[in-house]
Amino acid sequence: MEQSSVSVSSQSPVVRGMREQLRIVIVGHVDHGKSTLVGRLFNDTGSLPDGKLDAIKAMCERRGMPFEWAFLMDAFQSERDQGITIDTAQIWFKTQKRDYVIIDAPGHREFVKNMITGASSAEAALMLIDAGHGVQQQSRLHGYLLNLLGIRQIAVVVNKMDMVDYSADRFAQIRQTYIDFLAKVGVAPDFVIPVSAREGDNIVDRSTSMPWYEGPTVVEALDSFRPSPRPTDLPLRMPVQDVYKFDDRRILAGRVESGRIVVGERLQFSPSNKTARVASIEIWNSKVPLLEARAGQSVGITLDEQIFVERGEIASREQERPIETNVFRGRLFWLGRDPLQVGASYRLKLNTREVPVTVQAIERLYDADDLSAQESNEVPRHGIADVILRSRAMLAVDEGRNLQRTGRFALSDGVNILAGGLIDMDGYPDQRDTMTVRSSNIFRVEHRIEAPARALRNGHRGGVLWLTGLSGAGKSTIGMALEQELFRRGYHAYVLDGDNVRYGLNANLGFSPDDRAENIRRVGEVAALFADAGMIVVTAFISPYRADRQRARDAAKGNFHEIYIAADIATCEQRDPKGLYKKARSGEIPEFTGISAPYEEPEAAELVVDTRDLSVEKSLDSILEYIDRHFSIAPRRNGG
Amino acid sequence: MDHLEQLESQSVYIFREAFARIDRLAMLWSLGKDSNVMIWLARKAFFGRVPFPVMHIDTQKKFPEMYAFRDRYVKEWELNFIREECPPVEATDPSLPPAARSAARKTLGLRDALAKHKFNGIIAGIRRDEESVRAKERYFSPRGDTGAWDFRDQPPEFWDHFNTDLPPGTHLRVHPLLHWTELDIWRYIEREDIPVVDLYFSKGGKRYRSLGDQDITSPIVSDAKTLAEIIAELESTTAPERAGRAMDRETEDAFERLRAAGYM
Repeated sequence: MEQSSVSVSSQSPVVRGMREQLRIVIVGHVDHGKSTLVGRLFNDTGSLPDGKLDAIKAMCERRGMPFEWAFLMDAFQSERDQGITIDTAQIWFKTQKRDYVIIDAPGHREFVKNMITGASSAEAALMLIDAGHGVQQQSRLHGYLLNLLGIRQIAVVVNKMDMVDYSADRFAQIRQTYIDFLAKVGVAPDFVIPVSAREGDNIVDRSTSMPWYEGPTVVEALDSFRPSPRPTDLPLRMPVQDVYKFDDRRILAGRVESGRIVVGERLQFSPSNKTARVASIEIWNSKVPLLEARAGQSVGITLDEQIFVERGEIASREQERPIETNVFRGRLFWLGRDPLQVGASYRLKLNTREVPVTVQAIERLYDADDLSAQESNEVPRHGIADVILRSRAMLAVDEGRNLQRTGRFALSDGVNILAGGLIDMDGYPDQRDTMTVRSSNIFRVEHRIEAPARALRNGHRGGVLWLTGLSGAGKSTIGMALEQELFRRGYHAYVLDGDNVRYGLNANLGFSPDDRAENIRRVGEVAALFADAGMIVVTAFISPYRADRQRARDAAKGNFHEIYIAADIATCEQRDPKGLYKKARSGEIPEFTGISAPYEEPEAAELVVDTRDLSVEKSLDSILEYIDRHFSIAPRRNGG
Repeated sequence: MDHLEQLESQSVYIFREAFARIDRLAMLWSLGKDSNVMIWLARKAFFGRVPFPVMHIDTQKKFPEMYAFRDRYVKEWELNFIREECPPVEATDPSLPPAARSAARKTLGLRDALAKHKFNGIIAGIRRDEESVRAKERYFSPRGDTGAWDFRDQPPEFWDHFNTDLPPGTHLRVHPLLHWTELDIWRYIEREDIPVVDLYFSKGGKRYRSLGDQDITSPIVSDAKTLAEIIAELESTTAPERAGRAMDRETEDAFERLRAAGYM
């Protein structure tokens, strides 16, 4: 190991812009001396700004307290008063070898979320243990969290050796206890170093009080760590962050999380499974065109074909695709105030994708003290557990142990982040292929109940009321009001709504012409089944293409009633209940019906309801009158 | 990737997240070096344009050179520019020390501008290394309707998952430069050839290291006349950047109180 040479910053031999930087986090149980260690590191490496030391001295005098190194970090009044670090702070110091960013993470149990916030961006960690108190609960929890957070370079620093008379035996005992524990959670520290931060032993200068210790000082240990390598040689993953159409280019923006993107190569987007070639890598204010982008770079790309891809899709090479699934095991840490519970729903954040998930099961909860596995129906705050999460939409994921950045996730309640974890697919198949399997060997079987029998039982015939029209014409509003009124009148009725089916039945479809056609095909088939079961099914879909509506009509075998909810584009745009026209006009939504994609008016609708002139009530009346006429087999229903 | 490329990539990522997730977004432009770098990074993120308004909360006490700079680059960079004025000093908290009161005008000006334009996301160019209170910030920092910052209970932020979904009545402060240092800023200005106000360069043995209102900002002794000389100077200094900012040190907690009340 190199001599522990540390320069005062005024003489550091800087090669401009070339100095390496390493981000380190200091973790450990509260009161084990983190802030003191940081103060000492700063002072002994000559990294303190002018006047800082004097300011702290003055502050301590004003308060009538002895000098305290910890005050260097504790910038907040409230922290000084409580004497604990409540949030992550970052400060910079330098050794001869390189610059360091120290992330001081709080050790108090209440502030685990802040510890994670700080530690998640670190490349190496110092784990602090009080020589007097030994290994404590937070020492174990933090050790485990470092592993979950993917931090592999760790030095354990046994502090306050001056309080145990610099005892080699005490040190050896703590060392063994903690190494044994870490081994159980899959962590092997690089160093275990006995120090006294207060006295400056083994921080920068080698301790004269512990001649029995022959390992590196803290600064020597830090200098031996390496910046995390960028995962350039792993499979390509670029989650799409956004799609820009500021000019004639359609740019997919995103950060290459692993691997590299090469111009001309074919990309596959998951979970939509679309493919296209990279036409260019876009970059502003660059003299030379970029032909390759590597892990870590935030870039924009254009494709050779105009496929519809949106935020959340993951670009990969065709040979090295992510796993597709709607269920996975997550090993997570839980930060929510209320416990995580089986059956509860959360928002899953997978890179730039966000979808609802439900907790299907909690496989095991890890005990906070010894990390033994337990059974539980909930995960308490700061708990670590293996849980099974299920989504309705198809997800593109990676194994956390293989690809760190696309193999991890977070959960939120819609406002705050509640959990983070690694994805583990043990026992769960890749569903990519099952989605494209075509069935064969199917035979129709006949029902033994005929349609008139169902109608007699229900008091009305079944059938499909297919509402079509522009976005904003009033399909959903009328559909839902219709369902309510039909129910009141004793009809068995149900609405299939465009947005609603996209959460479930059609969650894997986008808005390209192909996907829209498939969307309508499925809805047509489902509506036909509802009708066959004797229900009145109202569908509320733009369904802009005649061919698609004709297919739905064919599926319903004569029980199909096309109802044109007519309103011109200007009226709809003025209503714009979902703000979609605005987005379409700005180019944010491509291929928007009426703006940038066609709407084909019905040629022979069974009923036309012009909502420009009619109120919702009046529109409803004309449809209800139609239904009573065509569906009812009873004289006239009560209330009608 | 070198160090500056890493910083740039992270900032671009944050800009794009903000743009994708926040519907009424604006960026603060103080006319200083950091917010010039910020505009530059936004242009990198969005391929040459800044796709949201750039707002100057004007105390009307900046240096004339700064106003001239502003007027020139609003045109050159084709910014969607908004100028809002600050209320008079009498409107600020009278229990604050004098220079801090002067600075607090900006907080009130920002609060009024947020209400007027109904912005729910504000991009600000603060950095962790500027001031120890700012070191505790998140990239995406939620604020109540008064702009107050609850540093005791900040949401977690990790793996570039930001808290962007807000309850009504609140807004987000977005800090794309949080991880940069003063030295990084100057090295990047040099590498990218980003224009800055002339006041940063030494004239008659003095230069401004940090630019605020004329009456509460003072120059430092320096012979640094070029970008290279500024960088060399910063590499060897141990004086804090905001040493010329009076409001930071009037009392021990003046800056903390400003920040908690919504200061940038």
